[in-house]
Amino acid sequence: MSQRLAELAATTDLAADPVGFASDPWWLILFKAVLVFAFCVVMTLFAIWWERKVVAWMQMRIGPKHVGPQGLLQSLADGVKLAFKEDIIVKAADKPVYILAPVVSMVPAFMAFAVIPMGGQVSMFGHQTHLQLTDLPVGVLYILATASVGIYGIVLAGWSSGSTYPLLGSLRSTAQMISYEVAMGLSFAGVFLYSGSMSTSTIVGQQGDTWFAVLLPVSFIIYIVAMVGETNRAPFDLPEAEGELVGGFHTEYSSLKFALFFLAEYVNMVVVSSLATTLFLGGYRAPWPITAVWDGANSGWWTLLWYFLKVQLFLFLFIWLRGTLPRLRYDQFMRLGWKVLIPTSLVWLMLIATVRAMKNEGYDYRGIVLGIAGAIIAILVLSVVWDMFRGTDDEEEKAKAAQPPPGAPGAAEPFDPMAGGFPVPPLPGQELPPVPRRAVRRAEPVGAMVGNGNGTGSADDESATDATDKEV
Amino acid sequence: MTAGLAAATVAAADLSGRGGPGFLSPTGAEVAFVLIGLVVLGSALLVVTTSQIVHAALWLVVTLGGLAAEYLLLTAEFIAWVQVLIYIGAVVVLLLFGLMLTRAPIGRSTELDSLKRWPAVLVAVGATATLLTVVVDAFHSAYLDLGKTDDGSARVTGESLFRVWVLPFEVLSVLLLAALIGAIVLSRGRADADGKGR
Amino acid sequence: MNPANYLYLAALLFTVGAAGVLLRRNAIVVFMCVELMLNATNLAFVTFARMHGNYDGQVIAFFTMVVAAAEVVVGLSIIIAIFRSRRTASVDDANLMKW
Repeated sequence: MSQRLAELAATTDLAADPVGFASDPWWLILFKAVLVFAFCVVMTLFAIWWERKVVAWMQMRIGPKHVGPQGLLQSLADGVKLAFKEDIIVKAADKPVYILAPVVSMVPAFMAFAVIPMGGQVSMFGHQTHLQLTDLPVGVLYILATASVGIYGIVLAGWSSGSTYPLLGSLRSTAQMISYEVAMGLSFAGVFLYSGSMSTSTIVGQQGDTWFAVLLPVSFIIYIVAMVGETNRAPFDLPEAEGELVGGFHTEYSSLKFALFFLAEYVNMVVVSSLATTLFLGGYRAPWPITAVWDGANSGWWTLLWYFLKVQLFLFLFIWLRGTLPRLRYDQFMRLGWKVLIPTSLVWLMLIATVRAMKNEGYDYRGIVLGIAGAIIAILVLSVVWDMFRGTDDEEEKAKAAQPPPGAPGAAEPFDPMAGGFPVPPLPGQELPPVPRRAVRRAEPVGAMVGNGNGTGSADDESATDATDKEV
Repeated sequence: MTAGLAAATVAAADLSGRGGPGFLSPTGAEVAFVLIGLVVLGSALLVVTTSQIVHAALWLVVTLGGLAAEYLLLTAEFIAWVQVLIYIGAVVVLLLFGLMLTRAPIGRSTELDSLKRWPAVLVAVGATATLLTVVVDAFHSAYLDLGKTDDGSARVTGESLFRVWVLPFEVLSVLLLAALIGAIVLSRGRADADGKGR
Repeated sequence: MNPANYLYLAALLFTVGAAGVLLRRNAIVVFMCVELMLNATNLAFVTFARMHGNYDGQVIAFFTMVVAAAEVVVGLSIIIAIFRSRRTASVDDANLMKW
């Protein structure tokens, strides 16, 4: 395998380093493992602080500022406080599974970090080594596998709590993570086709000239959406929707166990951000304008800086989304996953495969690009035309709806608050049923209330109470 | 499960085959095989005997993780990670999903075992005897050189898959499509029978 | 190392799974036992692949996994359909071929 890797890397800068991963002494591997662990924990503390700060700025607040400079140590203080809280184990819980669940959700998150290349070759205690714990030929597959193991933490936490809301939250998250994992895997497939490898370090090496985000923009966008869905973050945080499910799967957890879930969520965020960096943004390589003016940017410890900045970019994206977008409804979310992301990535994958095959057959590169650009433009034009025709159809329908023929379903259709099984707002033209209002809260003289049918208010109240009676 | 996976990672780090001799010596590989094999067998027995349904699913996860580690010991790296991805990541999660939809209780369920215990044991013993006899008879003199690193990575598996096994692969994709449609039909049919979808 | 060791493990695992299928009543647990048997055959296939030094065994193990995944999807939807109409997931109670 090392031969093959070397062959693959021969075209790239990776060939410059003859030192493989196998040459690391065991203590250096151990040290790097500890370093990766520490990096994850510190990044979690930092990300929590940063999230609170950025969301605060977006909402014209100040955010944490008392503990440490600029409130930097706030999340550390919160963590210590969490650890000292009383550890409650619910009576109805399945105890072993209840204790196991937070651990199961945290360990895979850390394990996935083992194959993330955080930097190039550096000198550490006199040894030349990579800033990557280990390199597997199927590294990305390994990350997908660990991510799918992480689902168990959430499922088991929800089930073992012996309570309704956590169970609902965990069922949601299972369906969510399984469906978005498909789209995620399909977006990876494009990268595999282009780089010819599943090893993270080789994929980084292949992006010496052009980032895959530029070559494969559709894969990149699909991955960005899928990674937010996979980490259960806003706007896809349905499993822990506070308004509906109290706290989702971790409702019954407290103290250190809750802290572990928190840690797992943020480490997962860092992992998927690192993966996005590695697969699409050239990994630890410096962005283009810097490499043009400075040759040493891609060497030594500087690579760690580029990696860190790119990951921060993605973390900021997470926070930005959370600060901006409202939570999706469950069916909208599933529709996005199954009816938009997966078909799009399948078509895109076909396209990539075709281009690769044509290139292998020796067709001219520019011819291919022109052909595909022509096809895309044709499809766009078709869709615009289609939209125009459909638009007129819509207008006709609206015109019809404006004057409903007798007996036809139209605007006169009564409002069904649970249409399709979900609570929905009324459509234009539909009227809300009378809302049962509270009788008081009105600045009316007592005499008027006692008085017989005085004013419209009390008439409304009467009908409202009638309605509630009927409903009951 | 964590232990199995940790073992799997260690083995993966060792056996990803970087030319030189593996991290595990042949004896080490044998010891690892025996230990992981015991874990696999023990958890498989627990799947069959435990009286708590969800625990059965969790023991199944341990079994499958252990098997993934065994695949790594056999240098079938791609298969090992696909095992984790498909079996642990999708199949057992789906099983758990099904358990929760069918109201799996916390705690012991009575009535989990059939009353026909003796026929089952009889069949099990008979099958063991037959299989073990066959294996002993056929392979008592075979030898596996563990020092020789064999490449079981994605590249060779893929080459074999797309050069030799293309037709079965395509048929398989049709099967998957059929399963997808079948599942949708099965779950929609009920909704129509109820009158209004749920 | 004698590859028969792996085959012994596969045989034992297969037996455990077979016994489970006969012993258990909950349909989903029966499913788990079927998975055990499939995995036992997979282990045997991968062992044979290693023994003979070609990759057909691994490819067939891969096929088995995919088929198992398809089987679980359809099987679970059947089990849940039965559960909806009969409120039970026990194989002994689903003895009528009626909806």
